[in-house]
Amino acid sequence: MSKEKGRLATHKRRMQYLLSTPYVLWSIGFIVLPLIMIVYYGMTSRNGDGFTLENLKLIWAPTNRSTLVLSIQLSVISTLLCLLIAYPLALALRALRLKSNGFVILLFMLPMWMNFLLRTIAWQNILEKNGVINMFLGAVGLPKLNIINTPAAIVLGMVYDFLPFMIIPIYNVLSKISDDVIQAASDLGANYIQILFRVIIPLSKPGIVSGLTMVFVPSLTTFVISDILGGGKVLLIGKVIEQKFKMANDWNAGCGLSLVLMVFIFICMAIVQKYDKDAEGTGVW
Amino acid sequence: MRGMKKWLLMAALIGAVTLFCGCKREYANGEVVVFNWGEYIDEAVIKMFEEEYDIEVVYDEFTENEDMYPIINIGEVNYDVVCPSDYMISRMIQENLLAELNYDNIPNIKNIDPEYLKSAEDFDPGNKYAVPYCWGTVGILYNKTMVDGEITSWSSIFDEKYSQNILMIDSVRDGMGIALKYLGYSMNTAEKSQLEEAKQLLIKQRPLVQGYFVDEVRNKMIGEEAALGVIYSGEAIYTQRENANLVYVVPEEGSNVWIDGWVIPKNAKNKENAEKWINFMCREDIALMNFEEITYSTPNKAARELIEDEAIRNSTIAFPPEETLNRCEAFRYLGTAVEELYMEMWNEMKATKN
Repeated sequence: MSKEKGRLATHKRRMQYLLSTPYVLWSIGFIVLPLIMIVYYGMTSRNGDGFTLENLKLIWAPTNRSTLVLSIQLSVISTLLCLLIAYPLALALRALRLKSNGFVILLFMLPMWMNFLLRTIAWQNILEKNGVINMFLGAVGLPKLNIINTPAAIVLGMVYDFLPFMIIPIYNVLSKISDDVIQAASDLGANYIQILFRVIIPLSKPGIVSGLTMVFVPSLTTFVISDILGGGKVLLIGKVIEQKFKMANDWNAGCGLSLVLMVFIFICMAIVQKYDKDAEGTGVW
Repeated sequence: MRGMKKWLLMAALIGAVTLFCGCKREYANGEVVVFNWGEYIDEAVIKMFEEEYDIEVVYDEFTENEDMYPIINIGEVNYDVVCPSDYMISRMIQENLLAELNYDNIPNIKNIDPEYLKSAEDFDPGNKYAVPYCWGTVGILYNKTMVDGEITSWSSIFDEKYSQNILMIDSVRDGMGIALKYLGYSMNTAEKSQLEEAKQLLIKQRPLVQGYFVDEVRNKMIGEEAALGVIYSGEAIYTQRENANLVYVVPEEGSNVWIDGWVIPKNAKNKENAEKWINFMCREDIALMNFEEITYSTPNKAARELIEDEAIRNSTIAFPPEETLNRCEAFRYLGTAVEELYMEMWNEMKATKN
């Protein structure tokens, strides 16, 4: 490469950096500063006695610990369910070889255009004792389904609300796998199962990992879904944090608990970075 | 720590203020800055006040006491008159955030039924700081086709007979308060052993309960999703219009009576205008307009006499008899430590797996 070309490239790179200015300003104001404030509140005492770890230790209080465990259980279950539904679907979509990606994305984004709260409330009406499902079951003489106000209803809500976050990154990665690779495997004598497990799945790992993160994180922190579909009977960690802020007016405890939750999310991020160096969609979280 | 919140709020407010700096008509007598619950007034009343007193009304709304409190506490916005609930008024009094009212400027206080002023003394001794605006009770709404006989006691929401047919209220003070009242204790107790007992009772109730709700109780009861639900009296009249099988009762053990009242923060800039506002709100025709718009019970005796619909004027839901009210208690703010204890107990109950 000539010197002239090199300089031009540096110049171009600088221009590209400049383009990110609005986002950098945005993220300083609305991501970095709030994060610093959360750490500050989480690590200081409410009475102004300075540095303390008490707020973080709150997570070990029996109630908080059991809500955290339950939250993790439910979000792991719903994340795995999303994966089980999304992966075969993404494979099928890839096999369809639709010309326009936009259409496929649209298909899964469409329900998301409706307010997320409304969709969850719709599920409440569907699952209720005298709801749509039970009216149907009753009409055909089948026993009623009683999952409203149980953890099962919450998992259902999470899967429904967050499924697109799983499908899109997986589909993106799958659609980029070249047919040549698969044909090569097939030429070398691999059957479909072998191709799937030794070629396609390993190549789509980045998509899987970012899908997992994008579903796991909101599932872990939600309090709206558990409020609406759990009938207030299932207490999740997100709700405890909400209470700390709104009812107890104790920002320090709320921030402390949020920090602990963030630890789990950072662990996820670390896994993502390990596998997902060049996939799309990770920047979201 | 307080300073930090202040700066954050400032930044948000600068944005808001620049939006509101448009040109407006001049008012001879200045302004009054009002902070009220959302949908808690007949908006025509605001215009009438502006016309009559030549005072500009700057009207803001909040959705929960807990949202309003930090704003007043930090004092970045100088609200002149605010409408919090009983326990929050009590807290603001304790924290020295309120100014004493000058009743010389509020002659219409005579319209307020002394009964409610007496109830208000639970949280505002001597009625020094607050003038009741709306009030109500907490009780049981039941579907008479789905229960045996008449419901009169809190015991029915702890009764296994109605398992999965009970909607419990999802509010720490109300929920704990009901259990305390059923056990014969005060809803404002700070006694740990009593709270522990209440918690145990609620843990036993937990498997019987279909769910814990606040706003949803209304529609679920109308849709006959459950036989019994704990609800605010203000909602009860509406539900009966929609489903004639529903009956509202304040249980014999007594319950909570809640009162929202007008108060003036210490840092108010237009205290006299605020008192004019409160006086205006107490005027019978104005109170009647508000009652007809928002249907929450009015403590305004004179306004009640003006209600044309006899069924509503004599409704025991909107206006329970004195002996019912005497069994009821208003909430007081119990201080951070005790309030947190309540919440802890409530969460322990919620996190129990049974």
